[in-house]
Amino acid sequence: MHGKRGPAFWFLAAFFGLFVLFLYGPTLTILVLSFQGPSGGLTFPMNGVSVHWFKNLFETQMVGDFAGSFQRSMVLGAAVMVVTVLASFSAGLAFRTRFRGSGVVFYLAIASLIVPSILISLGIGLLFRVLGWDSAWYSSAFGAHLTWTLPFGLLIMFAVFNRFDRRYEEAARDLGATSWQTIRHVVIPILLPSLIGVGLFGFTLSYDEFARSLYTSGTFNTLPLEIYGMTTNVTTPVLYALGTVTTGVSFAVIAIALVSVTWLRRRRARHGSDAGKAA
Amino acid sequence: MSRINAWITYLQVAPLALVFLLFLVVPIATIIVVSFFDYNTTQIIPAFILQNYDELLTSPVTWRTYLQTIEFAAITWVLTLVIGFAVAYFMAFHVRSPTVQTVLFLICTIPFWTSNVIRMISWIPFLGRNGLANTTLLNLGLIREPLEFLLFSDFAVVLAYVHLYTLFMVVPIFNSMMRIDRALLEAARDAGASGWQTLWNVVVPLCKPGIAIGSIFVVTIVMGDFVTVRLMSGGQSASVGLMMMNAMSLLQYPAAAANAVILLLLVLFTVAAMMRMVDIRKEL
Repeated sequence: MHGKRGPAFWFLAAFFGLFVLFLYGPTLTILVLSFQGPSGGLTFPMNGVSVHWFKNLFETQMVGDFAGSFQRSMVLGAAVMVVTVLASFSAGLAFRTRFRGSGVVFYLAIASLIVPSILISLGIGLLFRVLGWDSAWYSSAFGAHLTWTLPFGLLIMFAVFNRFDRRYEEAARDLGATSWQTIRHVVIPILLPSLIGVGLFGFTLSYDEFARSLYTSGTFNTLPLEIYGMTTNVTTPVLYALGTVTTGVSFAVIAIALVSVTWLRRRRARHGSDAGKAA
Repeated sequence: MSRINAWITYLQVAPLALVFLLFLVVPIATIIVVSFFDYNTTQIIPAFILQNYDELLTSPVTWRTYLQTIEFAAITWVLTLVIGFAVAYFMAFHVRSPTVQTVLFLICTIPFWTSNVIRMISWIPFLGRNGLANTTLLNLGLIREPLEFLLFSDFAVVLAYVHLYTLFMVVPIFNSMMRIDRALLEAARDAGASGWQTLWNVVVPLCKPGIAIGSIFVVTIVMGDFVTVRLMSGGQSASVGLMMMNAMSLLQYPAAAANAVILLLLVLFTVAAMMRMVDIRKEL
């Protein structure tokens, strides 16, 4: 374990390097190819460098409704994020005490993860059809996405509350804080980094969700559906430009979440504890 | 007081429970009910018939498709397990600095938060007829003609599965490994175990929960998949999900629903078998 690196280390390090290359290589390739010249194709070589395909992307008549679907996915992702954070946090609080039916709710969450997405999509689609309702991205697809993000949120909250020191709460209560004040001024600030993490799951999983949107989004497509449609009838690098833009959005969201979590941790390390400083 | 507290607890869990009830339980119940309905070319007709199941189960196409789906799931499971285990093992036991560990872990998980469809598309410049793989092999003189099986084939489907879902193995296995008391490894070595013996008799058994959770994720996702098969095989391979999609596009909703029920049973059966290995709730 300690001391010199053995051959096993170098072998596994090389394997890990290849794995990372395997993970990111293709994405980097389409990033490069999205700057293909106007006469370039779907593969190398590059025929010049341009932003032609990005411009092409924003001309709606060429590639369907990119702007509209992008907007819908952003709004939907934000809504799913907010509900995921609130509902998971609140359920996490509830699960700290044993209550009747807690087992059922827990197994529903697990079921929600393991039931294939297409079944949920199909089920919600059928339900709306049977009831004679129109499915839409803000109703049926919204619910479908929540069945995917909430279990992750709940499981994260379990892990977080398992490591949460309840003495902070007891201290707050002893000092006369009401339950709401305890949550607002003690629990939430301590858990904020984890809540940001749950939000990240909520937004990105919804923003990229395909299967659960398929039969639930009704007349207007969300972005992944639009992209999927394009794969069958677009054979120009505009597809890659779209890939670059959406991946860029995902990365921006991930970066914002990671930076704020790191910032919170640093700040806490600096100002956090006043233990031993009392007179 | 305790009565009020109980009410507060129920209120706190209500939003979550309501979502699962409305968008998981009721829809699945709908599928089950509709699977017994009758249909014609324009509409579905409420009824109680077994014809949908009968037609499905007596068709050789169904059996072939299910077999293919199970085959995809099995191959993907083995590959993601081996790769995921090696990657997690490197991060957990060979990387010494916690900061580097966190960074590497993030590198492995970030793709999870990006679009799967885009990540599939991004294989085109690699695997296509004029893609990087073929060009390189041609230039090296290893092949004379472009390999046709790279894109739009079962090979491409499995490659994409491994690409997309290995991190579902890495994360839980890494999590299990980080909980292993390092003193156990030392004890094994002191007792004379070789590296492989320690790995096989100490590390692997203690990683079982992580392996089980990862396996459940990978197997259930692959079993229900249709996008990857559709995109990466170029319509040459089948999957149960695609079969349902075809029925849906022909407006044969009850037929799709019957297929969905059978797939659900298969998935639940598989998961139940894997769950026997692990109590998930203890693992958090």
